[in-house]
Amino acid sequence: MIDPGLYNYWIAMILMMTGFYIVIARGNLVKKIVGLTIFQTSVFILYISFSKVDGATAPILDDRFTTYGNPLPHVLILTAIVVGVATSALGLALVVRIREAYGTVEEDEILEQDSNE
Amino acid sequence: MIAEHLPALQVVLPLLAAPACILLRRSDLCWAFATVVSWLSLAVAVGLLFQTQDGGVISYHLGGWEPPWGIEYRVDLVNAFVLLIVTVISAVVLPFARTSVAAEIPQEKAYLFYSMYLLCFTGLLGIAITGDAFNVFVFLEISSLSSYVLISLGKDRRALTAAYQYLIMGTIGATFFLIGVGLLYAMTGTLNMADLAERIPAVADTRTVHAAFAFLVIGIALKAAIFPLHLWLPNAYCYAPSVVTAFLAATATKVSIYLLLRIIFTVFGGAYGFGVLEFDLVLVVLALVAMLAASTVAIFQTDAKRLLAYSSVAQIGYMVLGISLGSVVGLTGGIVHLFNHAMIKGGLFLAMGCVFLRLGSARIRDMDGLALVMPWTTAAFVIGGLSLIGVPLTTGFISKWILVQAALEDGFWWAAVLVVFSSLLAVAYVWRVVEAAYFQPRPEAAIPVGEAPLAMLIPTWILILANFYFGVDTSVTVGVARQAAEALVGAAP
Repeated sequence: MIDPGLYNYWIAMILMMTGFYIVIARGNLVKKIVGLTIFQTSVFILYISFSKVDGATAPILDDRFTTYGNPLPHVLILTAIVVGVATSALGLALVVRIREAYGTVEEDEILEQDSNE
Repeated sequence: MIAEHLPALQVVLPLLAAPACILLRRSDLCWAFATVVSWLSLAVAVGLLFQTQDGGVISYHLGGWEPPWGIEYRVDLVNAFVLLIVTVISAVVLPFARTSVAAEIPQEKAYLFYSMYLLCFTGLLGIAITGDAFNVFVFLEISSLSSYVLISLGKDRRALTAAYQYLIMGTIGATFFLIGVGLLYAMTGTLNMADLAERIPAVADTRTVHAAFAFLVIGIALKAAIFPLHLWLPNAYCYAPSVVTAFLAATATKVSIYLLLRIIFTVFGGAYGFGVLEFDLVLVVLALVAMLAASTVAIFQTDAKRLLAYSSVAQIGYMVLGISLGSVVGLTGGIVHLFNHAMIKGGLFLAMGCVFLRLGSARIRDMDGLALVMPWTTAAFVIGGLSLIGVPLTTGFISKWILVQAALEDGFWWAAVLVVFSSLLAVAYVWRVVEAAYFQPRPEAAIPVGEAPLAMLIPTWILILANFYFGVDTSVTVGVARQAAEALVGAAP
């Protein structure tokens, strides 16, 4: 049996592969961005989940607590989320421009138009 | 006073200049400003190289926070050399950019171009200078996001799809890198590279660290376009504006290769990746396949920019071959080829920029008889091509000579044979352009064109002549590369 204590990693991995599969298998450019976002988010969850310490509380200093979760991964992931948002925004902006230029957001139709040139 | 803050200035200067460009608005002002900033960055990089020349290591603590808690900028000879490559190329490419950008990018968008260019420049310098693994990810994304924008500015609509494809693959690469850093952090509790190097041996035999190594290397290999992860590269280089192609081809993949060196040799230690995991065998095979397959594909291209892009994939194979040999000589060859290839491809793509300015395309069949009307540009291409092939007295020869030596030293005579054979393939693809330009008559119907303006020819020729200079006087490049290689191998625990 899988050790249930590690289920967070399994969830992160399943999400990661789901996202990765969508990026590879879908021909729709918008859906690819969706897949990419899921892929990135799974990594955020991976980071956040290993910052959790058993029996610890949120990392806010208080006299009543002695063990705290690790705040550093949270900070790192805040940065990574910003990067992720920027990536999605830029990706979608490119899709808008591609749609203006080609009139479609389907990869196979774009390739077909390109090969006709 | 200022000397001790050089590491911070190296990144902060272009970073602050990027938004300043948006405020300046006027394209000429932006260009002048970006050029000055780029030259200042070159001065900073030269200063850093002098400070590290005796083998010293500069450790700069950002905000005064002690490493490993704060972010540390760590400059030794290896990254001082990479910083020099990036800043030299930028200092030469920007003067070229004025005319080229005016022709290829709408006037009202030019300020955005310069601002993105400076951000990309910042990101590349940041990757090279930082000693913090997570900081690398941030700079990697700064340079990547801005380069997607730069590529999408190309005139052809295929530039958009090329940028999109690069965005998808680049993001996957960067995310893989992030996973690797996260796994290492989970095992060691640190993000500082030097600190990681000390703590990894204690946990080296766990599956988590093995996985971290795999994620990091594959992530970087995607950004460095190591075969077979190079698929984004040909379209991106082909359809991007000429200036962008020249800049990215000469710097972006080099910085990624440097990062690969750092991760394999400094963080994990050469004995780990190459000894325990036997990763070098994988790299040797990929490098050789890249050299042969990409060179062969290059021969059959109809577009000269695309031809050169495939040749870049092959040349990256040479660098990876040098790295994968893992010896001091091999690494020297790999590192010196970083510099030499930047000179070669920078020069060649600038020459293509001149052609593109006049012809509006870089298709080989449009170049028939071009030597008659653009003698200086085509001559530059021929000389750059000779260096790419590796004719003696050029930089390309120096790199290949050292690589062949390194391969023979390790008993890989077949690798040495294949290096020479792939040079022959380079003759074939360079010849295709030369044949069109010199041995075909200029078609009657061809639009009359003149030589490219001096503002573009001079930067092109600076890089082309640098090929001769560093092909004859190798004391600087090979000397620094050898010291850098010794530092990398010596750093291995």
